[in-house]
Amino acid sequence: MVKRINSPEDLEKLRNEIIAKSKAEKHVVSVCMGTGCIALGADVMMDALEKEVEKHGLKGKVEIKKVGCVGFCEQGPIIIIYPEEICYLKVKPEDVPDIVSKTLVEGKIVERLVYTDPNTGEKIPKLGEIPFYKHQHRLLLANNGRIDPRSIEDYIAVGGYKALAKALFEMKPEEIIEEIKASNLRGRGGAGFPTGIKWETTRNAPGEPKYVIVNCDEGDPGAFMDRALMEGNPHSVLEGLIIGAYAIGAHEGFVYVREEYPMAAENISLAIKQAEEYGLLGENIMGSNFSFKVTVHRGAGAFVSGESSALMTAIEGKVGEPRPKYIHTAVQGIWNKPSCLNNVKTWACVPLIILRGAEWFRSIGTKGSSGTMIFSLVGKVNNTGLVEVPMGITLRDIIFKIGGGIRGGKKFKAVQTGGPSGGFIPEELLDTPVDFDELRKVGSMMGSGGMVVMDEDTCMVDAARYFVDFLLEESCGKCVPCREGLKELSRILNNICRGEGKEEDIQLIEDICETMSEASLCALGRTAVNPVLTSLKYFREEWDEHIKDKKCRAKVCKALINYYIDPELCQACTLCLRECPVGAIHGDKEHVHWIDQDKCIKCGTCYEVCRFGAVKKISGEPIPPPPKGMKPIRKRRE
Amino acid sequence: MKKMVSLEIDGKEVKVEEGKTILEAAKEAGIEIPTLCYHEGLKPYGACRICSVEIERKGRTRIVTSCCYPVEEGLKVKTNSEKVKKIRRTIIEMLLPISPTGPIMSLAKEYGVEKSRFSGERTYCILCGLCVRYCAEIKKENAITFVGRGADRKVAVVPEKADVCAMCRECYELCPSGKIIDIIGY
Repeated sequence: MVKRINSPEDLEKLRNEIIAKSKAEKHVVSVCMGTGCIALGADVMMDALEKEVEKHGLKGKVEIKKVGCVGFCEQGPIIIIYPEEICYLKVKPEDVPDIVSKTLVEGKIVERLVYTDPNTGEKIPKLGEIPFYKHQHRLLLANNGRIDPRSIEDYIAVGGYKALAKALFEMKPEEIIEEIKASNLRGRGGAGFPTGIKWETTRNAPGEPKYVIVNCDEGDPGAFMDRALMEGNPHSVLEGLIIGAYAIGAHEGFVYVREEYPMAAENISLAIKQAEEYGLLGENIMGSNFSFKVTVHRGAGAFVSGESSALMTAIEGKVGEPRPKYIHTAVQGIWNKPSCLNNVKTWACVPLIILRGAEWFRSIGTKGSSGTMIFSLVGKVNNTGLVEVPMGITLRDIIFKIGGGIRGGKKFKAVQTGGPSGGFIPEELLDTPVDFDELRKVGSMMGSGGMVVMDEDTCMVDAARYFVDFLLEESCGKCVPCREGLKELSRILNNICRGEGKEEDIQLIEDICETMSEASLCALGRTAVNPVLTSLKYFREEWDEHIKDKKCRAKVCKALINYYIDPELCQACTLCLRECPVGAIHGDKEHVHWIDQDKCIKCGTCYEVCRFGAVKKISGEPIPPPPKGMKPIRKRRE
Repeated sequence: MKKMVSLEIDGKEVKVEEGKTILEAAKEAGIEIPTLCYHEGLKPYGACRICSVEIERKGRTRIVTSCCYPVEEGLKVKTNSEKVKKIRRTIIEMLLPISPTGPIMSLAKEYGVEKSRFSGERTYCILCGLCVRYCAEIKKENAITFVGRGADRKVAVVPEKADVCAMCRECYELCPSGKIIDIIGY
């Protein structure tokens, strides 16, 4: 049984005790236990590490910590050794003996596990000096990698709940709201609504009780920022929520976690339990007059439930469908009571602002968008992972400095920010600063922080089609423009990708998009048109090629491409001929091969297996006729 | 006595009680706005979007559904601007192939929609939810409901409630397309 904290002094005392206790250990080995690293085998490696440390009699001298996602998921499983901050990447169980005997015992670095700069070949052992981390500004993610998310003591040791003590004992609720307003914190869920104003609205709205809600229904494909925070540092979100509840005058809160995030739900539930035991949550928090309780609500697997009114309907126990919000949810939300909902990242910003002040927060980022933003950088970029950057950084810096540029030396084509309903931003706009308003100006949005990089092998018509199909699947179907508009867009876009597009389709697409963006009930329908409109605006020539020339320049749309074997390059190795699942390739060991176009199903197997680059993908041009008779091979010049 | 709010609808000064919607205010002023999913006995639903109007507030214009939007002092409303007409025409085009029935056909005529470019499947039901909401809000039975999501959304009878449903049939006269008779099946 832990001792209840009954005053800010109790908290400081506890903090000092925890820090004193941990000083005995020389090394701390943080093993990333983010979902990505576990998938790559971090848990097996962890077992090996524990055994090895014991074998060397280092127990008590080395602390092994299971930490939350450190973000460089591309390179997992990841180990960070403190205090030196040595970062080992792609660690396998067989690497563990070396790590223990060389680094932990002898203090040497295991070179082969260290980050190597792909351009210079330089070995960079220190985490903070790896380019992926060097250009980041980690505030919210600062402690992912340092603390065990399942230990409230770890969070307290790094200054946790200090902001709560300050808020409860040194500030009036109104002062907190003023501070948040002054910080210019804007909603990290995507819309960028000023957080302080939202809080004030709920505080001043008539009706009791009032509710506060954490939105962790992160559903964007490829996005995992909220997940990493909830899994890796749940107490920071909880602390922000408690401060918000106090400022707003709410005594009940909900954490809405999507069904697909079991670990996030588990970690936040544990965090709530621990905070309750310490008296940081529940009745008379920290000995103050303020009481607050939090319930975790699991989603049921609907993307649209991330929309605030739909989420609140879901908490009420009904089907998660949006409702018109002409009266804001901040005034009439759950059970028609004032309800303040914020994204995971927004809540996590709160303790930082309370501790360090609005002015400090405003000094980071741009005038309109202060602070940092976490993006999940994915797609055709060298370094994929979680990236926390100050607002105002350019897309180019994120993709090329932090992301290390495009994979395989390919050419950049577009970046989609803001999730499936974000727009595609082309190369000429790469110097756009990442800022709520600037992104909107170019036809995209901040969204919750998804960032998908596309290279020259991406067909922009197909990409728009993909996201339309995704959103059609996820639309609740309540309002006509979104339901029928997406249905029709999907039909048209699929037709165009099949080579059955007509010129008048473009006009219809534009009419649908206009009606959807103006008249849909919720943001899903209103923003669903962004990928289509930006694709049309910035990559119009690709649409025209698909419709008029039946050509897909990225050679993605199956119906518009053909495979063909270059007789000059073919070495008659028969590999493709043997691998072809439908027997469409003719030839033998003496003669070059050719593809029977009528039989070919365009699976691409021949293209993948050919070692001589003889199989070509072509689109929009005539297929050269098969060689007359059987053309004997021309041996490669040695 | 409730507070009165004055607003401007299509250039006409209108005074109504606070808490009323634009649609109700327009009706009082004798201005007609087309509706499909609206019913005065039911809570506003905002699904068909045909009652969309253009409002001007603090110098900014936007499209809102008049059935849901509460009146505000000084609000300027245009119920039939070019933008509004265009949106309604597209919505009519969306619904026409699905439900070429009375209310949609007459709207099509009124807005000059001769042919639809859309290819929705002819299911007749426009998912206005009048039946579902009547059953939930007035009868308090919840015997019919929506099932499926997005493109798969449809109205269905809750099997456990089929007996109650068969006895009632009060929603039949609310259904704009008559499809409810097929759905309930007797």
